[in-house]
This record gives sequence, C-alpha cells and structure tokens, in this order.
Amino acid sequence: MPLLLTMQRIDKRFAGVPALRSASLEVEHGEVHALIGQNGAGKSTMIKILTGYYAKDAGEIVFDGKPVEFSSPQDAQKSGISTIYQEINLVPYRSVTENICLGRERRRFGLLNWPAMHAEAEELLARFNIRIDVRQPLMTYPTAVQQMVAIARAIGFDAKLVIMDEPTSSLDDKEVEVLFGVIRQLKAAGVSIIFVSHKLDELYAVCDRVTIMRDGRTIRVSRMDDISKLDLVTAMLGRELSRVLHEDGDSQRASGPRDPLLTVEHLAVGRKVHDVTFDVREGEIVGLAGLLGSGRTESARVVFGADRPEGGKIQFHNVPKPAAEPAEAILAGMGFLSEDRKLEGIIPDMSVRENLTLAIMPQLAKNGVVDEARSREIVDRFIERLGIRCASPEQRIRELSGGNQQKVLLARWLCMNPRLLILDEPTRGIDVGAKAEILSLVRELAGQGLGVLIISSELEEVVEAASRIFVLRDGNTVAQLSGDAVNEQDVMAAMAHGHNELRETVHD
Amino acid sequence: MTESVTTLPPTRSTSGFDIKSFLTRHGAWVALALLILFNLAFTPNFATWQTLNVNLTQVCAIVIVGVGMTLVIATGGIDLSVGSLMAIAGSLAPLIFLGKLFPLPHPAVGIALAFVVPVLVAGAFGWFNGWLITRLRIQPIIATLVLFIAGRGIAQVMTNGNLQVFKVPEFQYIGLGRLFGIPFQAVLMVVIVVAAGWMLRRTVFGRQILAVGGNERAARLAGIPVVSVKRKVYWISGLLSGIAGLIVIARNSAADANLVGLGMELDAIAAVAVGGTLLTGGRATVVGTLVGALIIQLVRYTLLANGVPDAAALVAKAGIIVLAVWLQRQNQS
Repeated sequence: MPLLLTMQRIDKRFAGVPALRSASLEVEHGEVHALIGQNGAGKSTMIKILTGYYAKDAGEIVFDGKPVEFSSPQDAQKSGISTIYQEINLVPYRSVTENICLGRERRRFGLLNWPAMHAEAEELLARFNIRIDVRQPLMTYPTAVQQMVAIARAIGFDAKLVIMDEPTSSLDDKEVEVLFGVIRQLKAAGVSIIFVSHKLDELYAVCDRVTIMRDGRTIRVSRMDDISKLDLVTAMLGRELSRVLHEDGDSQRASGPRDPLLTVEHLAVGRKVHDVTFDVREGEIVGLAGLLGSGRTESARVVFGADRPEGGKIQFHNVPKPAAEPAEAILAGMGFLSEDRKLEGIIPDMSVRENLTLAIMPQLAKNGVVDEARSREIVDRFIERLGIRCASPEQRIRELSGGNQQKVLLARWLCMNPRLLILDEPTRGIDVGAKAEILSLVRELAGQGLGVLIISSELEEVVEAASRIFVLRDGNTVAQLSGDAVNEQDVMAAMAHGHNELRETVHD
Repeated sequence: MTESVTTLPPTRSTSGFDIKSFLTRHGAWVALALLILFNLAFTPNFATWQTLNVNLTQVCAIVIVGVGMTLVIATGGIDLSVGSLMAIAGSLAPLIFLGKLFPLPHPAVGIALAFVVPVLVAGAFGWFNGWLITRLRIQPIIATLVLFIAGRGIAQVMTNGNLQVFKVPEFQYIGLGRLFGIPFQAVLMVVIVVAAGWMLRRTVFGRQILAVGGNERAARLAGIPVVSVKRKVYWISGLLSGIAGLIVIARNSAADANLVGLGMELDAIAAVAVGGTLLTGGRATVVGTLVGALIIQLVRYTLLANGVPDAAALVAKAGIIVLAVWLQRQNQS
C-alpha cells in the first residue's frame, strides 16, 4: 500500500538543544496512527514540523506522493492536513456557524450567505450526533461541545490527514465514543488520522498502528495488535520508571487516624455545589471523585479562597474563618494546583525561576527586595528534586513541555512547605513517566505529614493514590469510601447510583 | 487561521548571528546610536552642552510620565488620564504659592506646599483610577478616559479658566534650576528612571506587577494581591504625572489649564511602545521607555535642525512608532 505520509531523518534543534534526532514517521492511507511518547519526546515538535509551524533542520517529508515543506499551518491545511490541538482555538463570542465557517465563508452577491452557512454547520455537526442551535455563541455550550466544534471545523476542510493532539482530554466517556465513531467513519472514507494521546485504552480502541518516540528518536513502530500495554509503556519510558508505576499504594493506607487538617461541611456554592462534605487529616491523601460538573473543582476553589462560599462550614487547621482570598489561604499553609495550567498556572513570559518562586516571594524578600541568591538556591534544589528539564532556570516557562511546566507549578507549592496541597487534575495532559513521578512524590510528602486533596477524572489515579475517597454527584457528597472500599468498582458504583453511604461511615 | 495559535513559540537558534532577533531585542538602542551618529556627522553644533540640555529638557516630562505609564502597561492596563492630572497639579501649585487658596504664614511654606499638595492630589486621582478599575471592574481604557475628560475640566474650574503667570525662582527651580550645570529636571528624571527600573527588576512589587500583567488569574492563585498591585501602579502614575505637571509650569513661568500636559498620554504611550515594553503586559523596561522618548525627541530635533518643518516631524514620529510596534510583533510571533 502506498504511504500517505513519510517523514524521514528529521532533525531539529532549539537553541542548540536537540529536540529531534533523525526521527521518522510513516502513515498509510486510511489508517489511524498513534503517536506516543513522554513529554519532551518530540511528538509535538514532529507535528509542528509537519504542519509548517517550525522549519526542520534536516530530513525530508513526502506527502501524497510529493516532497513537501509547508511554510505555515494554513499552507499545510490547503494541502489537506488539518490539526486539532489540545486547547480549543476558536472564537468563543461568535456563533457556532461563524466558528465553523471562519476563513471560508460563503458569499452571495458579495454578502455573507447565512442560510447556506448555517445549513453547512448543522450538517457537519450532525455527523458528530450534535444537534445544537448553531446561531448561538460558542461559549454558551459546554467545553466538550466546543471541542467537537473544533473537530468538525477541522474535518470540514476536505482533509486527507487529520492530526488529533489529545482530542479526548476534555471529553466525557460518551463523547469519546462519539468521537471514535467519527474517527472510524473518516477512516472508512479513506482519511488518515494521527492520534496523539496519553490514554492507552483509547489507542487500542481506535488505532491501527503506533509510532513510539523517546528523546527525539523514533524508538519503535508496530501494529497495535502486536504490542502489549506493558511493552508500549516500557518502550515509551525506557526502563527506570516502570517500577514507580507499579509501586504499591497500600503502604500509607495502613497508618492510623491523625489530627484533622481540613474539615468542610455542607458547603454550597452557586449552582454547582449544593451540599458537599469532606475532610482531610494530616499526612493523608484524600480523593475527591466525581464526573465532570459534579462540583469537585468548585468546592476546592472555595476552600482555597478563590471563590466565595454561600453556605456551609470550612475549618482549616485552627483557622475558623474560611480564606477570603488565595493569599490568605497560602499564608495559612495551603497550596492549590489548578486544573488549567495555561489559564491559571503559568506566567508564560516569566522564567522558570520566577514562576517557581511566585508564591513564596514575600518570604524570599528582605524589606521588599527579592533575595536572588536564596531564590536561586531553592530553584536549583527543586529543579533537581523534581527532575525538571529546562535549558536553565532563566528560560521562559512557555518554552518548556507541558509535563515540565506542571512540575514547575508543583514545585511552586512544594517550596512553600505547605500543610495542605490541593491537586486539581495534577496529571492532565502529561505523560505516563511524569505522572508516576508526580504521584510518587506526593505519596512521599504525605508520609512526612502533608495533607493532600486530589481531584482527578482518572479513577485509576485517585484509587491508587488516595486512602479515602469522597464521591460527589451533582454537587452533593454521596459517599465516603475507605479501606477496602477504595477501588474502582465501588467508586464507580457510587458515582453512578449515588446511594448515600456517607451517613453510615461518618457515624460509625 | 485560529488553529495556528499554540502555546510554544519557536526558539531561535543561537548558532550564528541572528540580525532580526538582535534588532528586536536591542533595536531601540541601535536606533538611538544611529541617530546620534547621524547628527554628529550632519547637524551643525550638535556636540554641544546646549544641544544636550535642550533635548533633555524637552524630554523630561514625557519620560517621567512614561515611567508611570510603563508600570501601568506592565500590569496590562493603560492610563489616559496622565495629561489631565498634569493640568490639575499644574493649576493647583500656583494657587497655593500665590496664596489664592488660603493665606500663607510665610512664602516658604507656600512653596513647600506647592510641591507636595499638587503631587499628592494627582496621586489621589490616580488611586481613583485604580479604584474604578478594580472595584467597579471597568476596563482601564474607559476608566481612565473618565479623568482624561473630567480632569482638565476640574483644572479649569479651579482656575476659572484663567492663565496664571508667576515668577517664583524658588519654586521654578524644578523646571529651570541646574545641578552641576545639568538641568535639575534631568537629574530628577534619571533618579526616577533608575529607581523605577530597580524596583521593577529587584523588588517583590516589581515581580508582582509583571505577574499580574503576564497572567492575572494565575497571579491571584499564587497569592499575589492583584487589586492592591493595580491600585498602586495607577497611584504611582498619578504621582509622576503631578511631578511632570509642576516641571512644565515651572519651565513656562505660567500655568494654563487648557494646555498643560495636552496630548501627554499619547507621547508617553509612544515612548513606552518604542522602548520595547509589551503593550499587552507582562514584560516591561523602564530604561527602554527613556530610550524610546529620547529617540522620538531626537528625530524631531534632527529634522528641525536640518530645516524640515514640524508638521513633517510628526509624520516621522508616527513612522517610528509603527516600526517599533512591528518589531515587537516579530519578537512575539
């Protein structure tokens, strides 16, 4: 079968640091091709070189039988390569139709032909089983729908190759199924897909072949049927981390009851949180589980002082009054890792060092002047301890890979020596290796007395890390699980049925 | 295409000398050096003490206001009220030292108060800008438009629209005096630039300003008091506008509420932009603003000294701003 795309011996350096070393990628006609690797392995760079966002230093690209070198993503798009990025890059204030038809509006007599455009948008979305009023602004719809609009928009251009960079990271299970349906449909129509994801189950569900990258090289190419999950992970990570991944999470579950650190009772906030109750003790990792929109993040934000509660009681350590601002919560010894790294985490134009020390700046200062020497010392220590990969502490954080950015943000909280750390989706969009590292670090710190509240959409992760789990459903705490009940089946059952075990367990 | 917007900017290779990247980073300094070289070669009597002093006195007020503007822009805001605040300070000072507001026990008291009170009043109005922006959550360009319009009105009401002419050497030292042969206002300007530049680089407050401008939501979640940081920069901008207002009236020996600081907001913003501060916030250089103001002034001087009319100089000024902002865009994308 002739290949649709061949990328061979691709080299790329950034500021002298090699990002790709003779990497290759081949995609057949009508196949779904998985591209996987840890953060910094070179997946994104490879894709950006293909779509003309970066220029390659060496190597050759053949697309659809012709050697190509695109000068911009638009250029690549004209030739039939469409890209869907993790982040939604659409115009939230404009209507769904305008977003879909942006850049290729239909005209009639020199004016926009709205009926035709609305019809086209509706028809496109119907392929995704989405039936919405396309005249409404995009931002009035949930994130998942917005993501679908982005996908529909990309496919709308008679694409020969669709690149999906973690398309499922903000979708729930049902929407993922719909997306997979669309992928199969596209495949049947002869369209090829490059699928980048960190979720292994998804790869097996839709992909035909896989290319595994590590340290800028193509390590292995295989049919999905011929490679086991363990082999896949091993190839991605090399060797050293597989041990961490399988480390037993039970060791700290055995430890006895300790002093209460945070107690939240009958919390109510806006429309999303009605009656949420949970608590965290010193040295304990507590999970907050629930589907998207169950009120997990909203509850955590109130505890941290980022939003105002409307009812209920929050007691942190010995402070009876809830924090009114994040600054107060931080002073009391709380850290909060937001779920949205780009929007609420990094200060993109600041250096790794400045980002890392942002929360402890007041403590680092003498008479309002930053103590640079001490700051450098702390930053060096955490870069080493967390294995943050950067050219130097003075490098701008926007130039780091997602996993490394996340580690910097984690270090931002760890360096203040918190009593309680709230982790909202701490491993979203980062690779298996960094994920395992972050989780094992959190466990180690809990062993030293840190209280941790962990929120994650990945049940596996919550179950592995936490010794107790509170399950939220539609803004209510519906169950508290501990001991043997901390397993995926029981958590899922509570999430689905919401039978109230809370009363029994709390009062026994 | 919206799809092309992503998180990672391309990092440029350091191998070899990249002219474009050098220019975007140090373009303002290069332009200033070229202008000086050009003038040394072609403009008669350029390398004189007098030329230096003329250019410095022309540029002082713009730079002092520009420093405040730099801090405001670094937080992602803008301050359109600076010219009007200059008019308020400039109108208030003569009222005080001429004894029109209240009887003075001693002339020296009047002069001392004429330095302090107008600056504090302008600072208070700046604080009001910050209050509108943080408390009522009005966009900076609209919030400061309020005082851009009303401020000059206030100044005219205070003076009944009269031109105040005076001759008070002790007060006018701020605009006409010399320290070791250098105009006092230039010394003041340098002190302000150095202090603000150091503050932005080394202090917690400076770091907080840049963090707020770089990503306000992230800054708040990292415990930075966003509201107080914003109020402070507008307050500082107000204070500096007040000082600039005093310099201008002292230099002219007259205060005209209609004219003091007229168009200053645009000159200051231009200096900030040409100097290389990011207009969207998060990255700022106070020294750059000084260089930016010097470039604009020197271009005007060069053209005038070589017989080009002032009207044409305005066009040249616009051209420089376009070039500077274009270079900045190159660095961004």
